[in-house]
Amino acid sequence: MTAETATLVRRAHAVAHPPVAGRLVAVEGLDGSGKSTQIHLLHQWLLGLGCKVFFSEWNSSLLVKEATKKGKKRQLLTPTTFSLIHATDFADRYERQILPMLKAGYVVLCDRYSFTAFARDRVRGCDGAWLRSLYGFALRPDITFYFRLPLETALGRILDGRPQLKYFEAGMDLGLSADLQQSFRMFQRAVMEQYEQLAGEFGFVTIDATRAIHEQQELVRAIVAERLDLAHFHHQGGA
Amino acid sequence: MSGKRFFGTPLPGVSADRLLGALIVIEGPDSSGRSTQIGLLGQWLEQQGYAVAQMGLRRSQLVGAELEAAKQGNVLSPRTMALFYATDFFDQLENRIVPALRAGSVVLADRYIFTLIARAAIRGVDHEWLEALYSKALVPDATYFLSVTSAGLVERTFAARAALDYWESGMDLGLSRDWFDSFLVYQRRLRAEYRRLESRFGLERVNAGRSIRAVQHDLRTRVGAVVERTLGPANGPGDDNGGAEAERPGA
Repeated sequence: MTAETATLVRRAHAVAHPPVAGRLVAVEGLDGSGKSTQIHLLHQWLLGLGCKVFFSEWNSSLLVKEATKKGKKRQLLTPTTFSLIHATDFADRYERQILPMLKAGYVVLCDRYSFTAFARDRVRGCDGAWLRSLYGFALRPDITFYFRLPLETALGRILDGRPQLKYFEAGMDLGLSADLQQSFRMFQRAVMEQYEQLAGEFGFVTIDATRAIHEQQELVRAIVAERLDLAHFHHQGGA
Repeated sequence: MSGKRFFGTPLPGVSADRLLGALIVIEGPDSSGRSTQIGLLGQWLEQQGYAVAQMGLRRSQLVGAELEAAKQGNVLSPRTMALFYATDFFDQLENRIVPALRAGSVVLADRYIFTLIARAAIRGVDHEWLEALYSKALVPDATYFLSVTSAGLVERTFAARAALDYWESGMDLGLSRDWFDSFLVYQRRLRAEYRRLESRFGLERVNAGRSIRAVQHDLRTRVGAVVERTLGPANGPGDDNGGAEAERPGA
């Protein structure tokens, strides 16, 4: 890391964030790690407890959806525009949903957060410091669960169940391999290496994603209950 | 060597020393005469034998149309809007400007990162974040800022359109319910922002309050020198097309 990029990173981390009443929980992991299932179950549990909870998904803002779809379909995206279009999507959701919900005292659950960009876009060749600065406006989650499982297991779950891989999903834009499946393997391996580094840098809570779904969920719920004062997030007047 | 460089981190897959052409940026508020001057400059350069390519805002294939729609709807936050504009900018930079520069063309940019930074900054997005966002942009060979007084701008705007533009009047900022008052405050803030960028990035000021001819003459003298320095004298621009595509990282 050059002195200049080190400064950028320091600045990005030093951005002063306003304190919010709500709490932010994110899940990260490879495709096939089961993170979406886990956050869905967590969501249901919190709803059942009568908590004020809001769920937000990566790449789901309606406003930029069309542009993203078009860019992907026509394979127009470069590493930089790929990264920027996802950042636009995130900023839209962040400023209109996530941040207001946090200010209003909700528990906000995010299926993927800025770390997905840090991992994937870094593999595509974007500078790590630039990425951290790009997402520097976003609050750090109170808890980030990282669902870790062996690469072969993750690959198996995807390649066995859904053989129609999409171009960008398989990292075909990187020119790793002309073969879709081979490219997907190489891309996922590189993304996993990034996640392993991010886990340390950002203090992820790592969950062994090879365990039974209900066992993982039990762990997730126990950690959430321990770290967040859930009684504090109940709807006024009960659920 | 073309002497090209990036403001900060280079664009992935682009090597600056293969960019043989010249990147000339014309900045300035609406109604400062930018497009007229760029049209004349382009023609003049082509008559001398230089290939000319142009870029502007909201012209990307990727998000140009979506950005136009978002602008009409006015529902995006300043930061989201800044990122949307950045996507449009980099799409054009990578897919049009870089190939044109590799081929040795003169690229005339009708506004560049400076207007994008200025507009977002006035709307409360912080400077450091904006500069980091655009740190992957190419440093232009020269940037000219067409400067007009507030009074001059009002006259030109009315002469051209007989009405003020919502965005160029800063009506989204809630400065005043009166469009004219809002226009004056907004343009004053914009000018202060451009002045900051002028000293920070070495923009050259051009007095655009003169006749079209006088401004064009001034620009030709300055642009001609830059183009000749970068590409060599007229009728002898380099014919090297830059060779093969630069390698993608991770290949």
